[in-house]
Amino acid sequence: MSTTDFGPDLGEVFGPRQADGGPELVQLLTPEGERVEHPDFSFDVGDADENETIRGFYRDMVLTRRIDTEATALQRHGELGIWAQLLGQEAAQVGSGRALRTQDFVFPTYREHGVAWCRGIDPLRLLGLFRGVDQGGWDPADANFGLYTIVIGAQTLHATGYAMGLQRDGVVGTGDPDRDAAVVAYFGDGASSQGDVNEAFIFAASYNAPVVFFCQNNQWAISEPIERQTRIPLYQRALGFGFPGVRVDGNDVLATYAVAQAALQRAREGQGPTLVEAYTYRMGAHTTTDDPTRYRLSEDLETWKLKDPIQRVKAYLTRNGLADPDFFESVDVEAEQLGEHLRDGCRALPEPNPLDIFDYVYAEESAELAEQKAGFASYLDSFETSTDGSAR
Amino acid sequence: MARITLAKGLNAGLRKAMEADPKVLVMGEDVGKLGGVFRITDGLQKDFGEDRVIDSPLAESGILGTAVGMAMRGYRPVCEIQFDGFVYPAYDQIVSQVAKIHFRSQGKVKMPIVVRIPFGGGIGAVEHHSESPEAQFAHTPGLKVVSCSNPVDGYWMIQQAIACDDPVIFLEPKRQYHADKAELDESGTPPPLFSSRVVRQGTDLTLAAYGPMVKTCMASAEAAANEGNSVEVVDLRTLSPLDLGPVYKSVHKTGRLVVAHEAHVNLGLGAEVAARVTEHCFYSLESPVLRVGGFDTPYPPSRIEEHWLPDLDRVLDAVDRSLAY
Repeated sequence: MSTTDFGPDLGEVFGPRQADGGPELVQLLTPEGERVEHPDFSFDVGDADENETIRGFYRDMVLTRRIDTEATALQRHGELGIWAQLLGQEAAQVGSGRALRTQDFVFPTYREHGVAWCRGIDPLRLLGLFRGVDQGGWDPADANFGLYTIVIGAQTLHATGYAMGLQRDGVVGTGDPDRDAAVVAYFGDGASSQGDVNEAFIFAASYNAPVVFFCQNNQWAISEPIERQTRIPLYQRALGFGFPGVRVDGNDVLATYAVAQAALQRAREGQGPTLVEAYTYRMGAHTTTDDPTRYRLSEDLETWKLKDPIQRVKAYLTRNGLADPDFFESVDVEAEQLGEHLRDGCRALPEPNPLDIFDYVYAEESAELAEQKAGFASYLDSFETSTDGSAR
Repeated sequence: MARITLAKGLNAGLRKAMEADPKVLVMGEDVGKLGGVFRITDGLQKDFGEDRVIDSPLAESGILGTAVGMAMRGYRPVCEIQFDGFVYPAYDQIVSQVAKIHFRSQGKVKMPIVVRIPFGGGIGAVEHHSESPEAQFAHTPGLKVVSCSNPVDGYWMIQQAIACDDPVIFLEPKRQYHADKAELDESGTPPPLFSSRVVRQGTDLTLAAYGPMVKTCMASAEAAANEGNSVEVVDLRTLSPLDLGPVYKSVHKTGRLVVAHEAHVNLGLGAEVAARVTEHCFYSLESPVLRVGGFDTPYPPSRIEEHWLPDLDRVLDAVDRSLAY
């Protein structure tokens, strides 16, 4: 019996999935700390000093990891309700974060602590949401860094809309490097299944919006492996939407910087969206409430430990004599200070005032809510201690 | 002064808003060359260009999600949802993002987005084209919800909604779009957006309604008058926040209230109005507050929609039941 010929198999078209990211992976620094060339992407820091830039990346990644481990510890001590860990994703975040220009705008998920660091957000501000004292303690306009968005993928549409706004403001493709702007939408492999992400791809392609879709494929959506989300490498989905996609070694800070820089520049020049798949691994848990031992093999984790994003930069700097022991020690000291800042600062975060919530619902207050607020205030007042000191 | 339909009033109001503020954008499916399936955006793309009157891909969550980003960039998007029953793909963006971002950011990020929804039945349409989803939005803190009932209100209210710094769900009674004409005096001063209004004076009973049911209730009041009963009619206009001051005042006078809407009665706006009126007017009430609305079924096939929609007689029946107490 003959079968209908639907053309070549998926495997022939897209190539086999490979644990190391496959041959299409853009890499500029190997896990062993060796610089390698790539035909399409190169590490170019322009007028800046290359070695100093790489030392800066190292510092950023060490401090980012410190934010993560410190916040995890704070959660274990009961100071945070929950923490979303980024262990292992430092290079993806620092590389892309450092490729941004001041005028670019970032739409993060709830795990972009390293990007927040690069944007100059005091990491203490990140803790408020996880401690439960606020839902985002920074002004997005201050550092062009949006509030953490918890609904998976929702922010990719916001990013696309913001990018459409940039087009209307005439700050795309003018040729002025201080003016042309782009937007980055961060999301993960799990989010790639969301309708909003796919709609964002469609809108961005349709309007040629200056947005970079930066997907950190950390292989796990809580307990669900990447195979549950996709049958082809994620970056290849871009082709179906009509824009380029590229897979970069997410644990290689030089490569993520180079690829993000190229994609951002493309957007700023008015050439439209790009999908970047940063191929990485969530070395920690999804959050501090998760237990990865229930669903994944410890051998996988051991394999990825050998690809640690920080160790390879340290190896490169050391082997080539580009940083001395004093440098590494100074970064460690800085990390200690940052840890102390987070520990002390977290406990000192002011408790929210229950009456304030009524003020934030609307820009233009309604009489209804004003009445509710007044009623709640007098209810709270009724519990004030009486003059003889006893509670009424 | 010109005599205009609701469709014309909304179109003229949108045009005024776009002239007044270059940050105002219109976006939605078929809003450009076609002028929208109901022609509410007719001619706007021709005059304001494709950058300001944006034909979107057919994805409602995409429309609202990108509107959020544009609002963050300082724009004031006016999103058209083609039909009431198509708003649900955008429901997550509206409820989880549009409604919450001002709150999430402790007031730092404003969301001046208007979501225009042609709503209600009576046009002989297929499934999903005749619904009344207002309670779903009025139940959501962070959103404001209004409904116009006539051409003049349509003209003013759409401009006021666009000028509002909060997200506004703007419900347009689609069966009124091309129905009645009214005199529009553009030099007039409109009442505040979030205010209700007595549209017919009476002494025996109060009828409260909004959107398409205002016309029905006015006709019912006329019929009641022929039977010797004086019925006051309040056009609620704003559903969130509610402005029930005029209703309380009216009920203190009449002692009886019937609330009418096309939406299902169960947990509809009428339930909230009834609860608040009971709290505020308990000693004035001569009878329980009655509700008239769609049955608690999905909207029926159009050949029997006149049985489902509350009409003059169903409202009058409730008026009679109230007066019989």
